[in-house]
Amino acid sequence: MSEISRRKLIRIGLWGAASASALGIAANLADRYGLIPPDAGVLYGPGETLTYAAQRLLARHAMAREFSRSEISTDPFANEVDPLGPEFQRLQDGGFVDWRLAVDGMVARPTSFSIAELMSFPHKTQITFIACEEGWSYIAEWSGVPLAHILKLVGALPQARYVIYRSIQPDWWESIDMADALHPQTLVTTGMNGRQLPVPFGGPLRLRVPRQLGYKNVKYITSLSVSDSLKRFGKGLGSAAPEGGYAWYAGI
Amino acid sequence: MATISQMPETLRPRHPAVVRVTHWLITLAFLALLVSGVEILISHPRFYWGEIGNVNTRPLFTLPIPSSRDTVPTGYGYVLPDQNGWSRYLHFEAAWVVVLTGLLYVTFGLTKGHFRRNLLPLASELSPTRLATDVSRHLRFERPSDDQAWSYNVLQRLTYLLVIFVLFPLVIWTGLAMPPSVEGLFPGLVVALGGRQSARTLHFFVSIFLVLFLLVHVFMVYLAGFWNRVRAMIVGRVPKPMERV
Repeated sequence: MSEISRRKLIRIGLWGAASASALGIAANLADRYGLIPPDAGVLYGPGETLTYAAQRLLARHAMAREFSRSEISTDPFANEVDPLGPEFQRLQDGGFVDWRLAVDGMVARPTSFSIAELMSFPHKTQITFIACEEGWSYIAEWSGVPLAHILKLVGALPQARYVIYRSIQPDWWESIDMADALHPQTLVTTGMNGRQLPVPFGGPLRLRVPRQLGYKNVKYITSLSVSDSLKRFGKGLGSAAPEGGYAWYAGI
Repeated sequence: MATISQMPETLRPRHPAVVRVTHWLITLAFLALLVSGVEILISHPRFYWGEIGNVNTRPLFTLPIPSSRDTVPTGYGYVLPDQNGWSRYLHFEAAWVVVLTGLLYVTFGLTKGHFRRNLLPLASELSPTRLATDVSRHLRFERPSDDQAWSYNVLQRLTYLLVIFVLFPLVIWTGLAMPPSVEGLFPGLVVALGGRQSARTLHFFVSIFLVLFLLVHVFMVYLAGFWNRVRAMIVGRVPKPMERV
């Protein structure tokens, strides 16, 4: 091997090592600042990471668009849901008085709330659209308790990074980062268009995350968990969506 | 190592490396966007105008194709398999490739004189008679003369400018008008298009124009001598006219 090519090889090696460590440091920083989605390891991870990181860097505090009362859809589409099961039926027959929203994980005071308790908390109302990843959408007026208010009540710990929420429907669970969880438009929703939230639209309780698409807006929620990591939940991809082949981050 | 002067005389430089690399990257990404876009589309092959639209509202038009969702009335007795998961993942990843590669290409084109030299038509070429001759030549599927292997004709220039500076920016704009998280950042970009569903409908039409461009482009390359033109876009050099296959 000639002297020149050996020197060249060493130089390439050094460059390679430097780029690899720079990439490692960048990945570490990105993770610390919450720019890497939990499904970054899947086949389409690079694109997903770019999308999530770009939105978190540029639009962390952006508000979802709000509309005027005259723009509320007269024909909202509830979409289909799987049969709700005997437990839901029992609670519905009782007027949902026994429905509980449990809150646990990294909180100072784990607890559970009834619908009546939630109704007594300060409510916020917003007119936003909900859009399905399939392409359709409708606009409604939603009212509910800001998730941020509930997290404050239970004393979410400062190291919290995600909120995991589950439906009474088995296998329907999602999670959001604190940017969305503490966002003023993210509501534990109890009402729609001035009435109680109808069952087909997720009543009695639905988490509205208006900056993300429909499938992140889980219907019939029964529990919230606060965590600093999503590794321990399900397959560790963040939620049921990536386990079914869909992106965890649905802000796009 | 061969230098330019030692290069065989039969090969002369044609496309710079940046143009060749970005051309093929965008080709790959565009095909990925097309396939995934069609897959996303069949989950709801209905189009609307305005802010909202769903199966309970009147569509602007419906494509006569089956859907991958049983909630969409299509008239077909069957439902296609759900492919939206990987399609959405791939669509946005390929969109990043187009945007980043496109930025590189446009920066190159503006700073190195590529647009000015190779794409901007000369004033003399824009005279009605010249344009009419060129159009009629194209319509007769006339094989381009040999000197055209070295530069673009006026219709080519105008078409490329339209694709680079109108269609691609439009398809990116209409695409960015759909994500709920981006909309709040620049609501004016959505309102200017007539609403979110209008943006989706326009995204579809601009994509159709891009596909039309792709078809005509490939046909013209075929007419001009497919392998020579493709080779020029890969290795960057063009063989002498007599060698044309």
